[in-house]
Amino acid sequence: MEFGPHLVLALIEGAVTAAVLALTASGLSLVFGVMRVVNIAHGAFFMLGAVIAWWITQGIGGHPGWGFAAAIVAAPLMVGALAVAADLTVLRRLSYDPERTIVATIGLLYIIQQLTLMSYGPEARPVVAPFDARIALPWPERGAEGWRIGWPWGFGTTAWKLAVIGAAAALVGALWLFMARTRAGLVLRATQADREMATAFGIPVERVYALTFGLGAGLAALAAVLIVPIRQAHYLMGGDPLLLSFVVVIIGGLGSLPGTLLAAVLIGLSDGIISVFFSPTLAKIIATLMVALVLVFRPQGLYGTRAP
Amino acid sequence: MSLLSVRGLTRDFDGLRAVDGVDLDIGEGEVRALIGPNGAGKTTLVGMIAGRIAPSAGRMAFGGRDITHMPTHRRMRLGMAYTFQITSVFAGLSVVENVTLAARRRARGAAVGSAVAAALDRVGLGDRGAEMAGDLAYGHQRLLEIAMGIAQRPRLLILDEPTQGLAEGEIAGFGRLVRDLAGETTILLIEHNMDVVMALAGRITVMDAGRVLAEGTPGEIHANRAVQAAYLGGGGDAAAG
Amino acid sequence: MRVLALHLGLLAVLGALHFALPAYHHGNLARVMVLASYGIGYNLLFGYAGLLSLGHALFFASGMYGAGLLVQHAGAGAGAAMLAGTVAAAVVAAALALVALRTRGVAFMIVTLMFAQAGYLTILYFGDWTGGDEGFVMARSGRMLLGLDLGTPDARYLAALALFAVCLLGSLALARAPFGRVLVAIRENEERARMLGYDTQAHKRAAMILSGAISGAAGAAYAILFGYVGASFAEVQYSILPLLWVLLGGAGTVLGPFVGALFMFYLIDLASGVTSAYMLIAGVALVLLTLYAPQGLMGEVRRRLWRGLP
Repeated sequence: MEFGPHLVLALIEGAVTAAVLALTASGLSLVFGVMRVVNIAHGAFFMLGAVIAWWITQGIGGHPGWGFAAAIVAAPLMVGALAVAADLTVLRRLSYDPERTIVATIGLLYIIQQLTLMSYGPEARPVVAPFDARIALPWPERGAEGWRIGWPWGFGTTAWKLAVIGAAAALVGALWLFMARTRAGLVLRATQADREMATAFGIPVERVYALTFGLGAGLAALAAVLIVPIRQAHYLMGGDPLLLSFVVVIIGGLGSLPGTLLAAVLIGLSDGIISVFFSPTLAKIIATLMVALVLVFRPQGLYGTRAP
Repeated sequence: MSLLSVRGLTRDFDGLRAVDGVDLDIGEGEVRALIGPNGAGKTTLVGMIAGRIAPSAGRMAFGGRDITHMPTHRRMRLGMAYTFQITSVFAGLSVVENVTLAARRRARGAAVGSAVAAALDRVGLGDRGAEMAGDLAYGHQRLLEIAMGIAQRPRLLILDEPTQGLAEGEIAGFGRLVRDLAGETTILLIEHNMDVVMALAGRITVMDAGRVLAEGTPGEIHANRAVQAAYLGGGGDAAAG
Repeated sequence: MRVLALHLGLLAVLGALHFALPAYHHGNLARVMVLASYGIGYNLLFGYAGLLSLGHALFFASGMYGAGLLVQHAGAGAGAAMLAGTVAAAVVAAALALVALRTRGVAFMIVTLMFAQAGYLTILYFGDWTGGDEGFVMARSGRMLLGLDLGTPDARYLAALALFAVCLLGSLALARAPFGRVLVAIRENEERARMLGYDTQAHKRAAMILSGAISGAAGAAYAILFGYVGASFAEVQYSILPLLWVLLGGAGTVLGPFVGALFMFYLIDLASGVTSAYMLIAGVALVLLTLYAPQGLMGEVRRRLWRGLP
């Protein structure tokens, strides 16, 4: 394949990564923004979403679409409920102390991961997409009679990948509307801006925290359900989303949603391109170093204005 | 020659000028009080002298050396000591260890122990050395702060609102302590309590809105109409001093 | 005096156990002593200076690969490998200190986590040299010290004990020396320490380099004594484990890392007989410790029984 089509494929892969990342990272960003908690277990919630999706689709017969529809509703709710329980039993009792909550969420990460290993096992298992049509893509080619539109062999994508990109964009849009236009979103933003003031205005901050933690985990699970037909469910699959979400949230400015989205697109696309043309490992080395350096030299991130 | 010399010192915070072109000279052995209404810029000025806050403009010299860009810890080693406005001791360490940390900058070996004991005796905490600093009563924590300052054997001791929150009796004891120290070291005292200032200070510098409004002996300051208008008169009860 | 007796007593007991223990536990204890040395390195930075690093696997692996690569590609002996590993880790720690110490708190945790992850990925990326995921078995030359094969059980145990003794007594001396007290002061209240005239940044830098060097020495010793170098030792898990040992044993206590490593090792050892998901124990321990015993075992001993315990 020539360079042009190759680049387009890399960009599509990058866009899928970016779409999933935008959802996952929004969850992490929300939790950090509102609760000031760095949730290391976020990748474990992501993984749990994919594994639960596998279980649900296994349990429901008929057209794969039915099982998937059930999974995309139930998995995020279940993961969200688990996260709320974790907040009530652990994080709240640590008074949300930044350092101690990090250590505790590392513990949660191991607990979730290892319980999954014990019940679900070490295998990677696929979930069938509701639809999986292949779409060939056109590319201008120079033939005997000049330029014409050709269909290079192997140059195409699947309808599901495009659906993932579309669905993620719609969900992120919905999240933005929720934050900007609803009363609940206003409460979240008020709590993020000033916890004490929010308490003074009668906002039940503790309940807001629990729901925020649930919502953040639910977003990660949702992203995982979308991606699990493309990448299989595995008990260690949460590592990369966690790492890349960190990159995105920190580069995007801790707790800033627009910054997070912008960074997700940038990181997703560059990850796709570097992975296709060089190596996925190199892409991750660059991403991790970038986070570290942004935190050191621009602690407020490239987009946000507030120090962490 | 003065021990501390400040010229044109200025500090802006987000477009707000907290300290505006302040000149200040403190001679060796002086007890100088720095007063002014809340928000006058006293703490910012002292913060710049101690190196906690970087100035936007101006210069400072200490003992004849330019310290404008010197990091905090080197200024302290040149002979400054600073006691915090909000009590700031090592709460998890014993009283002796708190003072030992202060004394080690000047003394070595066996001299450390005697310097610590002397400093604690001087502030009247001699029998509380083994207690955790965090367990001390508030007034005793303030005394511990001063003991740490003494143990550093500074050339300039900066006391930032040392009597804040102390009871009447404790304030009297503090006054005796400062008079006692005055012979050994230069003292810069930031203080709200006018009785304390009038009783202890050799000279007084009055700040208002980031500038030096007046400077003089307690008597001169007391008679100064501008000061009365800006500060003493404004407070009503404070004018009693 | 009591303090010195306690620590020397522990070393004497460990020395006596060399003759008493059955082979299985003998081997385990050798491993625990090397891991506890790693924990001592970690504790210096976290327990004393109060800097919570999530990236110490970078130093452990630097020591391991510094030693292993020298043996593999230059045929060095154990002495040179040990030295190379320690120096490599110290250099890496010095470089990281320059960058990471510009941050504090949560940012410091994430920065160290990210650099360690980059280090792990770098090991994978240069798989031709490092053996990538698989790692490599140390050549026999790398186990030889003055004609003695450190790979044999007896020599291994005694070498591990020697390393642990140096680290333990070193950290005891450090905890009571002025340098150690200043680190504690920085942990308690950095601003105040600076206002007493201490160059806190230089102290933290020194603590980080020393901590990295000790961790690296433990990593090099692990490679030499157990004969294997692998990328898994650079993974996040190996940054979390020393944190766990130190939290369990008691942060800022000299004995804490050993107590924590010993407990954790046998807990995981018991669990791995039952299930492959033995890291579950680590997870549960982390959550319970942060909730109920942030002081750790030796921290509780110090609080309740023996105030002067270093």
